[in-house]
Amino acid sequence: MGPRIDPVGEPEGREHEFHAVIDADGRIEPRDWMPEAYRKTLVRQIAQHAHSEIIGMQPEGNWITRAPSLKRKAILMAKVQDEAGHGLYLYSAAETLGVGRDELLDLLHSGRQKYSSIFNYPTLTWADMGAIGWLVDGAAITNQVPLCRCSYGPYARAMVRICKEESFHQRQGFEILLTLARGTAEQKAMAQDALDRWWYPSLAMFGPPDAESPNSERSMRWGIKRFSNDELRQKFVDMTVPQAEVLGLTVPDPDLRWDEERGHYDFTSPDWEEFWRVIGGDGPCNEQRMAHRVGAHAEGAWVREAATAYAAKHAGRQVGAA
Amino acid sequence: MTRHAAAPGSWDGRATPASALPPVAEYSLRLGDDALVLAQRLGEWVSRAPQLEEDVALANIGLDLLGQARTLLTYAGEVEGEGRDEDDLAYLREERDFRNLQIVERPNGDFAVTIARQLAFSAYQLGLYRSLCGSADATLAAIAAKAVKEVDYHLDHATQWVLRLGDGTRESHHRMQAALEQVWPYVDEMFDADELTSVLAGEGVAVDPAALRPPWDATVSAVLARATLTRPEPGFHGRGGRRGLHTEAMGQLLAEMQHLHRSYPGASW
Amino acid sequence: MSSRDWPLWEVFVRGRRGLSHVHAGSLHAPDATMALRNARDLYTRRQEGVSIWVVPAAAITASSPDEKDPFFDPAADKAYRHPTFYHVPDGVRHL
Repeated sequence: MGPRIDPVGEPEGREHEFHAVIDADGRIEPRDWMPEAYRKTLVRQIAQHAHSEIIGMQPEGNWITRAPSLKRKAILMAKVQDEAGHGLYLYSAAETLGVGRDELLDLLHSGRQKYSSIFNYPTLTWADMGAIGWLVDGAAITNQVPLCRCSYGPYARAMVRICKEESFHQRQGFEILLTLARGTAEQKAMAQDALDRWWYPSLAMFGPPDAESPNSERSMRWGIKRFSNDELRQKFVDMTVPQAEVLGLTVPDPDLRWDEERGHYDFTSPDWEEFWRVIGGDGPCNEQRMAHRVGAHAEGAWVREAATAYAAKHAGRQVGAA
Repeated sequence: MTRHAAAPGSWDGRATPASALPPVAEYSLRLGDDALVLAQRLGEWVSRAPQLEEDVALANIGLDLLGQARTLLTYAGEVEGEGRDEDDLAYLREERDFRNLQIVERPNGDFAVTIARQLAFSAYQLGLYRSLCGSADATLAAIAAKAVKEVDYHLDHATQWVLRLGDGTRESHHRMQAALEQVWPYVDEMFDADELTSVLAGEGVAVDPAALRPPWDATVSAVLARATLTRPEPGFHGRGGRRGLHTEAMGQLLAEMQHLHRSYPGASW
Repeated sequence: MSSRDWPLWEVFVRGRRGLSHVHAGSLHAPDATMALRNARDLYTRRQEGVSIWVVPAAAITASSPDEKDPFFDPAADKAYRHPTFYHVPDGVRHL
C-alpha cells in the first residue's frame, strides 16, 4: 500500500463519495465503488425479486388452460408472460453486480436464495386469479413504486419498466373479482372464498413487523429501502379495504375498523408463526413449486446445450444483421 | 377431393357429420379452430420452457394464435347469424363440431416435438394467409393481412430452433429427428382439399389447400436439409379433423379447456 | 453444461425514428440471431419501426468512473459488467 496520493482515490474517499451520492438521492451505477455489504444486500434482494417473478408464473399459469373465456385466457397469458419478462429484467439488473444468472438460478434451486412466500399457497379456483391480481400484485406495487427511486441505477430502472407494465395486472385482477361479485351466487361465493384465503398471506408479503426486521434500517440508509415493512403494510390496508367495499366482499378480519384518531385502519396482523413456517418450507406448495422449477430447468438442459453447440459450430458467420 | 373421404363400410363412414354451417362460417371455423387448439397447447408450456426467454417466445406465439382464433371464431358466429359469439363456439361445442387439423391437437411432447409441430404448421399457415390476403371476402383478407406478419415470425422462430436442435448435439439431433417422425403423419391432412374448399376457392374466398403443398415442401425441405435432418416417410396419415373426427388427445384437451365455463351455464367472467 | 455457455448480451433499442438507441437491459442467448429475437420479444413486443442492437457484453469497452482524476491512469476496462472488480483487495488501485 503506497502513500496517500489523493483522498478521492482512497477507500475512505470512495466511501465518502458513495454516501454523498446516496444522500443527494443520486444513483450508484455498476462501475462505481460500493461497500461490499451494499453489493451483497442488493444481489440478494434483486435476485430474490427475480426468483419471485418466475416462481409466480406457476400459480397463475395453473389456470391458463382452464380460463373461462377467451378474453380472460389472453389476459392471463399476457400477464404470466410479463412476469417472465420481469424476471429477466431483474436477473439482468443483478448481473451488473458481478454475478451470473446461472449462479443465481443455482442459489434458487438449492434453496439458498428465496422467493416471495406468497407463492407457496395454492390457486384453487378461478377467483384466485382475481385475488392474486388485486391483492398480491397490489401489495407488490405498493412495495415496488418506492423502489423506482432506489439508489442502485440498474435496479431502479428495471423497477420503472416493471411498474409501467404492471399497471394492467392489478386492474384486471380487480375486474375479475368485480365480475364474479356481481355474477351468480356461486360466483360471488367463489370470490369471497378467494379473498378469505389470500388476505392474510398478502399482508405478510411486506415482511415481518419492523421490530423483527434488523436489516431494514441499514437498507433504508443505503437508499435500497424507502419505507418500513409496517408503513407499507398499513398503506396497503388503507388502500385496499375501500376496494373490498366496492367489490361487496368482506375482509376476513372481524377486528378491522377505521381509526379516526390515527387516520388509518386498525387490522389484525397475519399469523407470524405461519409466516416463518411457510418461509422455512412447511407451506402447501413449497415442494411443488421447487420441483416444477428444478424439473423444467433440468428437462431443458439438452436444449440449451444444443444451442451452445450450434453456436460454436457456426461461430464467425454471424456478423451484421441477423 | 380428399382421397380418404368416409366410405360405406369404413370405420368412420357413419360418423355423425359435423353440423352444417354456411360455407364461409364453416371455413372460418376451420382456421379459427386450428389457431385456438394450438394456442391451448402452447399455453401448457408457460413456466416449463427450457429457458426463461423461451417462456416469453412461446407465450408470444400462443397469444398471436389466440388473437387469430378470436377474430376467426367471432366472424364465423356473425356469418352463421344465430347469435353465437367466440366463447359460445369455443366452450359449448362438442368435440365432433371442432374443425381443426389433427396436427395442432397432438400433445406437446418434448421441446423438439413442439418445435417440429410449429415448423410444419407455421409454414402451412404462412402460405395460407399469404394467399388469403387476396380473398374475395374482405374480413378474411383483413384477418390474413395481420396474421401474415405474426406467422412469419412464428416460422422464423421454429426454423431457428430446428437448425439448432438438428445441428446441435447428438442428443438434440436424435430427439429432433424423432420429433419429426412423430409429427409427420399429420402433415398430409393440412393439404387435403374437399368440397367446401373447392367451392370457396372457386369463388375466390378460400385457398385451395393442395396448392399450398409445393411451396411448403420447398420451404420445409430446405430447413431440414440445413439442419442435417431427414424428411420422414410416415407409415400412416392422420385425417378427419375437418369432419370433426379427432384423435384421443382432443377429448382431454377440450375437457380441460371447457370445464369451468360449462360448470356455470350463462355466467359472465 | 447448461446455459453457463450462453453469453450475456447487452440490448439497445431505438423506439422511434429520430431517437438514438438507448440501453434497455441484457439477456442471455447462445448466438446473435437468437439474441436479436429474444430482445425483440422481451424489449419491444414487436412494435413497428423499432431498431434493436444486440452486443456481446464482453465486446463492450467501458470507461472507468475515476478517469476524471489525473492521478490515476485512464483504465479502459473490458466489460460493462466486470465481475472480478469487486474481489479486488483493498489498496490495489488499478485493475
